Amino acid sequence: MNIHEYQAKALFEKFGVPVPKGAAAKTPEEFINALAELPEGPTMVKSQIHAGGRGKGVFKDGYKGGVRFCASKAEAKESAGRMLGNTLVTLQTGPAGRKVQTIYFTVANKIKSEYYLAILLDRAHSRPVIVASTEGGVEIEKVARETPEKIFKVLVDPAIGLADYQVRELVTKLRLAGPEAKNGSRLIRALFNLYWESDATMVEVNPLITTPTGEVLALDAKVSFDDNALYRHPEIVALRDLNEEDPKEVEASRHGLNYIALDGNIACLVNGAGLAMSTMDIIKYFGGNPANFLDVGGGATKEQVVEAFKIILGDPNVKGIFVNIFGGIMDCDVIAKGIVEAVREVGLRLPLVVRLEGNNVVAGKATLAASGLTITSGDSMADAARKIVKLVA
Amino acid sequence: MAILITPETKILVQGITGDFGGRHARLSLDYGTHVVAGVTPGKGGQFFEHGAFRVPIFNSVADAAGATGATVSAIFVPPPFAADAILECTDAGLDLAVAITEGIPIKDMVRVKRAMVGKAMRLVGPNCPGVVTPGSGEFSSGGCRIGIAPGYIHRKGHVGVVSRSGTLTYEAVYQLTVRSIGQTTSVGIGGDPVNGTSHLDAIRMFNDDPETRGIVMIGEIGGNAEVEAARWIKANCKKPVAGFIAGATAPAGRRMGHAGAIVGGAEDTAAAKIAVFKECGIEVAVTPSDMADALIRAAKARGVSLA
Repeated sequence: MNIHEYQAKALFEKFGVPVPKGAAAKTPEEFINALAELPEGPTMVKSQIHAGGRGKGVFKDGYKGGVRFCASKAEAKESAGRMLGNTLVTLQTGPAGRKVQTIYFTVANKIKSEYYLAILLDRAHSRPVIVASTEGGVEIEKVARETPEKIFKVLVDPAIGLADYQVRELVTKLRLAGPEAKNGSRLIRALFNLYWESDATMVEVNPLITTPTGEVLALDAKVSFDDNALYRHPEIVALRDLNEEDPKEVEASRHGLNYIALDGNIACLVNGAGLAMSTMDIIKYFGGNPANFLDVGGGATKEQVVEAFKIILGDPNVKGIFVNIFGGIMDCDVIAKGIVEAVREVGLRLPLVVRLEGNNVVAGKATLAASGLTITSGDSMADAARKIVKLVA
Repeated sequence: MAILITPETKILVQGITGDFGGRHARLSLDYGTHVVAGVTPGKGGQFFEHGAFRVPIFNSVADAAGATGATVSAIFVPPPFAADAILECTDAGLDLAVAITEGIPIKDMVRVKRAMVGKAMRLVGPNCPGVVTPGSGEFSSGGCRIGIAPGYIHRKGHVGVVSRSGTLTYEAVYQLTVRSIGQTTSVGIGGDPVNGTSHLDAIRMFNDDPETRGIVMIGEIGGNAEVEAARWIKANCKKPVAGFIAGATAPAGRRMGHAGAIVGGAEDTAAAKIAVFKECGIEVAVTPSDMADALIRAAKARGVSLA
């Protein structure tokens, strides 16, 4: 689960990670109160959407920059008025862009130097890793590619926690000294506590800055949480913004289905994540384009299959459907009955190819054949994929 | 032989009184697996009954192992308690724990993995379909089935299968079986970013197992476990290996069902992993329908008989 920058910064403050003073607003009326919390002077206006690349983004009406520096609060208020309710398109949003529903105002601090700091899981070692760099404010992937010697990593032993010497090592490598070193150490430790205590999968600060007065501040804040651990963090669940999620994905998760919308025209309904991914792949391999990832899980019920059909048909781009089920334990006949019922209920008029394999498959295929519906049967994944690609072409 | 488990292995089931654990304990018993104990705290002294089977239930793993000689546990307990269940097996001195549970917090697994350093027990999973060593009976019955995989699609033989995905494992096993190619053991290592047994761990075991003549390795986007295994294979493995990577069309940054199936950078895409497979002499299955045939090609090229 992801949260907005202003929410992440509130969490930062709770854990003692210093951030520039800021205030959020969701309506033009709230701009006044929010700005009243900040001192007069240079102010940043920041569109709150989950996608990155906001600074270089462009609004649908041509207004440039989802993050803007304003010389005064009056200018900030005007700029915020242009952003709120407007749709911001960035490299990460895709051409549809994302509607801005919250504006975050912050003090525009004077910057001495910029750094990069992140904490995430190192999968190869199964431990948290702190990643820091003297190159802040730029894409870290670019730094990793071009100047890998400027990236420093520290693995944290979960049995011990973050050791003092590791913090000193990071601070030294970032070349922080005097009050900066002291403030930087405190910040790194607080950020690690946040990562660990709130079950984050990633915390990223880009840039982390030093100011001419020796402060160390998180200028930006990006936090993602482990969905599996949300049950023990109701305070984080409360930060979820459904406006940032595809409504079809939200609806699917309500029914225990795992759905991700894509931009093709062949909808897929599959059991199992690996099989669902490779069903998308095989459609592409035979020249088609998958409209979605949809995993109905290992023990899908008839009701879930019906819901799954409704969700994939909610995508207007869909021109055909590929159902791919390997019923290991799951009874293929139960699935077949679910498909027949779903097709009747939604009044399907699009081509449908079904590949059933596994437990009680003969009865399942007979159920499909006896239904009187126009369902094309596939003998293998490859055979079925070829058929659906041909049918929508 | 086979790896990890043999038809003689005695297993216990943690969470045997739950719907999910109970259902699969029954299927394993029907398959001919020696399910000798169940563990549900507070229900010690009761029995899990299925047809002629009467499996004693214990309050702890240590009690169950001590009384029955079980050396392996199948873990079906809910996610908030699963990490604890694994640690209990470690301390009870079991040889192997297979964690089927999906949805264990990453932090819990990071701590479990750290706690297991230096301990003898091996963990497979979590979020995995389990491990099957097929037997020699009808539809491979008489084998050892731990977890949720369909036993009947297997066939006793000489191919090792290792995969992060459940249904893709079944797909591969089934493709082999319908071509009359049997398996030594199929291992589902699970779709989570932190797991007990890696592709490489399983492949080392298959390489050392004299009965295994060929290996199918199934991976997906995210992490570098498949790449690590592929490089080891190039340097050390003399057996034919076929590989498949799912997720070529997955959009970057999106979690594709499995917690670990997410593209983080240029190195963990399907294309990057497939390129490494090719470079390491692994026969790549071009589609998931091609997994068994890819292994047949690899075996033929090396003059190895898989049947």
